Amino acid sequence: MNNISIVLVAIVAAAAGYFGSTMTKNEAPAPAPAAEKTETASVEATLNAVKAKGFVQCGVSQGLPGFSNADDAGNWTGIDVDVCRGVAAAVFGDASKVKYTPLSSKQRFTALASGEIDMLSRNTTWTMTRDTQLGLNFAGVNYYDGQGFLVPTKLGIKSALEMDGANVCSQTGTTTELNVTDFFRENGMKFNLVAFEEADAVVAAYDSGRCDVYTTDRSGLAAQRTKLANPDAHMVLPEIISKEPLGPVVRQGDDQWFNIVRWTLNAMINAEEMGVTSANAKSMANDNNPSIKRLLGTEGAFGAELGLSNDWALNIISQVGNYGESYEAHVGPNTPLKLGRGVNALWSQGGILYAPPVR
Amino acid sequence: MYFNSNNLSAFINDARVRNIGFQVLIIGALVFSVWWLMDNTLTNLENRGKSLGFGFLVQTAGFEISDTLGTWLFDYEVGVSTYTDIYFIGITNTLLIAVLGIFLASIIGFTVGIMRLSNNFVLKYFATVYVEVIRNVPLLLQLFFWYFAVLGILPGARSQLEVLGGLGGLNITGLYLPAPVFQTGFGVVFFAFIASLVLSYGIARLSKKKQEKTGQGFNVALIAPVLIILITGTTYVIMGGPLDWTFPEFKNTGPIFKRGFQSDTGMVLVPEMLAVLLALTLYTAGFIAEIVRAGIVAVSRGQTEASYSVGLRPGVTLRLIVIPQAMRIIIPPLTSQYLNLTKNSSLAVAIAYPELVSIFAGTALNQVGKEIEMIFMVMSTYLVISLITSFFMNWFNARVKIVER
Repeated sequence: MNNISIVLVAIVAAAAGYFGSTMTKNEAPAPAPAAEKTETASVEATLNAVKAKGFVQCGVSQGLPGFSNADDAGNWTGIDVDVCRGVAAAVFGDASKVKYTPLSSKQRFTALASGEIDMLSRNTTWTMTRDTQLGLNFAGVNYYDGQGFLVPTKLGIKSALEMDGANVCSQTGTTTELNVTDFFRENGMKFNLVAFEEADAVVAAYDSGRCDVYTTDRSGLAAQRTKLANPDAHMVLPEIISKEPLGPVVRQGDDQWFNIVRWTLNAMINAEEMGVTSANAKSMANDNNPSIKRLLGTEGAFGAELGLSNDWALNIISQVGNYGESYEAHVGPNTPLKLGRGVNALWSQGGILYAPPVR
Repeated sequence: MYFNSNNLSAFINDARVRNIGFQVLIIGALVFSVWWLMDNTLTNLENRGKSLGFGFLVQTAGFEISDTLGTWLFDYEVGVSTYTDIYFIGITNTLLIAVLGIFLASIIGFTVGIMRLSNNFVLKYFATVYVEVIRNVPLLLQLFFWYFAVLGILPGARSQLEVLGGLGGLNITGLYLPAPVFQTGFGVVFFAFIASLVLSYGIARLSKKKQEKTGQGFNVALIAPVLIILITGTTYVIMGGPLDWTFPEFKNTGPIFKRGFQSDTGMVLVPEMLAVLLALTLYTAGFIAEIVRAGIVAVSRGQTEASYSVGLRPGVTLRLIVIPQAMRIIIPPLTSQYLNLTKNSSLAVAIAYPELVSIFAGTALNQVGKEIEMIFMVMSTYLVISLITSFFMNWFNARVKIVER
């Protein structure tokens, strides 16, 4: 009896051990993070693939007013959307040849890395980890953001340094909580943090008066403010307590496509600096200024270097507009977001927006 | 003798061989799956450049937590307190909700359950509507409802409703109450209080024994409180009154964010906690009411009739005849409801109450990134809390079950 059970145990254990070791040998490499390794052969030819299918597949947010937001008819607008449209104008000469994929913040990098989208333009912060570890490249910055504070105007607060003792609402699970805690500690002020899981709960709690202050990225504050019962009764304080440079992203390993996206953005910024707008772009192509001529393709062959036609930038600007036009139309002072240019003004006008020259 | 290698089929068909064989196969499969899971996990962690370990528990935490019992007990300070403190603050806040919730839900649940059986039309239908509404609306929605209802009713942060005749106050940032400040020597007073409780319990038992023997006990209802007050009070005076109170201070002047209740004075119950408590209590009470009703209905009608026939009034009948018999039916499902309430407290993350899941498996997890270790700790914690609750309820069940003589 005992002998038998010992024999059986030994047999089963040996079998399990044998199959176990062979099975794991086969399966261990399988769960490696396939989505994060992107050096596949197909990415080299994004431009050709885009030309073949006839449109740019662009990853955007699930609805952030001013950045990428769909209206009732399904038309996408926003400064992030304009980068997508600019790329389509550069490639096809037609800004409408874009298809949009709304993505959550968790899905966005996987969707890009797997080739589901050609580019990501979704208020995405450029950080070292994302640039180096995810197999992605940031093609520039189209909005310099930072964490800020929203307060009811009636409190009469003019600066974040007057907030000693405030109740602050924020969303949990982001760097927001760390940034705000650091800010109050640095300045020797006390505060009480109320951290919610969902952004909508933060807005509702702030609106009800549970908190005096709502903190998140300033663009987010401006967008969420439009959801408040009375948006005009609230103001964003001038202080910025963190760096959040937002910009378009492409897959690593396709320099041609990377250059197209990067120079689409640069062309829009340069156009603003040169005073080229959607209205005057066609007539300014024959301007005396050689920089403008180079940008608009009447001098040199800069489009060909990108693998595009020579009027690539002319198409971007005449169909989408320059950076300033896009800004004013979607997030500027005359929109519900009411965001002043601030650091997002041109370098020549007190901001930090600076595009390399076309030459 | 039965191991005959010449007769394999006899070996395979032997009942005892089969019994052992299947057991061994199942154990082998179990051991193998556990080992395979762990091995894969470790391999994947290694591929992603992560390691297992609990070293993060001694790191200091860099984020603020709203004032609650936990932060007060563990004296939370940003940059000084560690993730271990965060863990215990989370447990404290979870247990606070669990204990208060279980206590209140039991009272409301029993009341509503008995109301449903009342002959009074209004009481009966009020209880029915309560149970049906509460049971059939998702808890998360109720949580949001109570939270935003609470916030909607309360006065703003720079005004107050006085409570306790001005000793405390209530506004949207919370309920402010006087807070005890324990001086040295308070431990002795506390010990004296416990000792007096134990003494009273002993006297009550003695009295019961005497009553069973002679038919006459002591007047415990009078002796016990006198004894407790006398012993605790005397010790308190001898130790020089080692208990002070701080009262919430309300300011109406100064910088705008400095107005309202001052953060270092008195004690605050944040509205998040009140809303979680309200929602969990009312929700669980709905289920408890049905359990109580089921328990009472299950007691034979003859018991009540027999009780009436010997002249006992309805209240006494319910208390002495029906409820004791109903309890043995009520307690097992009641235990489940207590466990549910404790576990449901993790939904509080939605409305910013800093309990275990919210601050430890939420904020802290996002900073540290030790998913496996931290989720394991949180799961084990809930398991231990639940097992302790079950253990206590089983003990209670064994005590109240009918002893046949």
